[in-house]
Amino acid sequence: MSTREVSKAWEAVIGLEVHVELATATKLFCSCANEFGAEPNTNVCPVCLGLPGSLPVLNERVVEFALRLGEAFEFSVPAQSIFHRKNYFYPDMPKDYQVSQYDAPICVDGTLIVDGTAIGIERAHMEEDTGKSLHVGGSGRIHEADHSLVDYNRAGVPLMEIVSRPEMHSAEQARGYVSALRGVLGVIGVSDVKMEEGSMRVDANVSIRPVGSDELRTRVEVKNMNSLRSLGRAIDYEIARQIEMYETDERIVQETRHWDEDAGVTHGMRTKEGSEDYRYFPEPDLVPVAPDDSMRARARASIPELPAARRVRLVSEWGIADHEAAVLLAEPGLADYAEGAVAAGASGHDATNWSVGAVLGYLNENALAPQGLLLRPDGLAELIGLVSDGSLNRKLATDVLDEALRDGKRPKQIVEARGLAQVSDEGAVGALVDDVFAQNSDAVADWRGGDDKLKKKKRGFLMGEVIKASKGSADTAVLNRLLDEKLNG
Amino acid sequence: MAPERITRADVEHVAHLARLALTEPEIEELTGQLGDILGYAAQVSALDLTEVPPTAHPLPLVNVFRPDEARPGVDRDEVLAQAPATENNRFRVPRILGEARG
Repeated sequence: MSTREVSKAWEAVIGLEVHVELATATKLFCSCANEFGAEPNTNVCPVCLGLPGSLPVLNERVVEFALRLGEAFEFSVPAQSIFHRKNYFYPDMPKDYQVSQYDAPICVDGTLIVDGTAIGIERAHMEEDTGKSLHVGGSGRIHEADHSLVDYNRAGVPLMEIVSRPEMHSAEQARGYVSALRGVLGVIGVSDVKMEEGSMRVDANVSIRPVGSDELRTRVEVKNMNSLRSLGRAIDYEIARQIEMYETDERIVQETRHWDEDAGVTHGMRTKEGSEDYRYFPEPDLVPVAPDDSMRARARASIPELPAARRVRLVSEWGIADHEAAVLLAEPGLADYAEGAVAAGASGHDATNWSVGAVLGYLNENALAPQGLLLRPDGLAELIGLVSDGSLNRKLATDVLDEALRDGKRPKQIVEARGLAQVSDEGAVGALVDDVFAQNSDAVADWRGGDDKLKKKKRGFLMGEVIKASKGSADTAVLNRLLDEKLNG
Repeated sequence: MAPERITRADVEHVAHLARLALTEPEIEELTGQLGDILGYAAQVSALDLTEVPPTAHPLPLVNVFRPDEARPGVDRDEVLAQAPATENNRFRVPRILGEARG
């Protein structure tokens, strides 16, 4: 990542607004399917098209999901929350208003633990998504377009908007926040949280101030980041831009800027000042939501162990490093995979090593999720068993794992089929050493007459030759011992 | 506490937000009418309401929900037949100024 150096005299202040599409079967206020990638305008009805006389009815699952957020982020849930209309004219919203929550959201004052630091969450509220516009003509960019085409399948899809407090101070921390948020949302099962597919969208509010000050200066909202990487780049760019403006005595205006991924810059958007007057008023067609004890209790019961608590538990139960636990938990499903291997007999330490190493590497290379792996966790445990009982050395085990991940065969089967079992038998390894000494008598003589440096070099060479001759199957512990005995003997 | 009197500028602002093109005489007339309406509603301000919570809804109802079960929507051809213009099964609209919000 190209990070511009932040001047010592300045500190960034970052708040994030995250929109998450909820994984419900239907939309927020009507029974149209909530589905990604359907044929345009096939999941629409009079309610989400805003036809006169239609009436919205709230999806009970959305309230259930919102209350799960309430539990997971330790929000306060006020006795009542209501919906408001946010009025604006824009063709992606056929009603000419968006139903959202304004001054009485369902969740207030929450917390997210990001790498050991608590970041405040101001609020989380329910609202409906907009339709999707396709801009035709020009380069496809909105202001060059000749006209636009609108698909209302997404109009009315339920969203939670989660607004952090401006408590982050670097792009790195903002990325950590989004990644921790995604982890929690994934395990509580409310969203599939895919930034690339737009089911999780992040806007950043960025300002800077002199180090040591606690003022909040004019902030700029940056939009259009569709990956964690671009979020980090956009924030770094914006921090550097603002510092440069202050240092050249230019005025920063409160505005929305658009991140251009290809150019690596943010552009101001041409919005007229004072035009953001949404005339919010209470939605007369919907009654208040008043979560009662049984609704709260059901939400509480549905919350599994959360990533921050799990991280602490894995570190203490398995004796692994905190950063290893963090890597396990950053990839959804990977900690379950490792725990599965442990349940099948592997040690937590080994299960972690292999999971965050070869397994994660394979997942990334093939854009797979752990749930989709052909090799199930007990297969990984079997491989770990073969290493700890001395049947396989680490290098061979890596090859075997690679094959097992690719075609789902059991590690023991692969070892048998390829005749790979590690040779620990002293006689067999000793015979290999003797052969290698006979074929490389120069190297042996060099070792005998050499200084420490040369000895080290020649010993390494001979060791490599034996391993080669054994096609990698020689037990390195046995080999090390025999090599020293025979050189010194 | 009486609200401030509606001004001509308020009417022009609200008319712009609602995309209404008002004539001069209409602006004059509405400035007076809106002022009267707000003045009428402002009588409530004369009461002591410190103990009364704001009313968001007139009905004594909360928690009206619907199960999360999908039902087919409206036939696409029928929907698109209502649109002034369509293209590739989408609603066709004039070019948009500014970026999406919300």
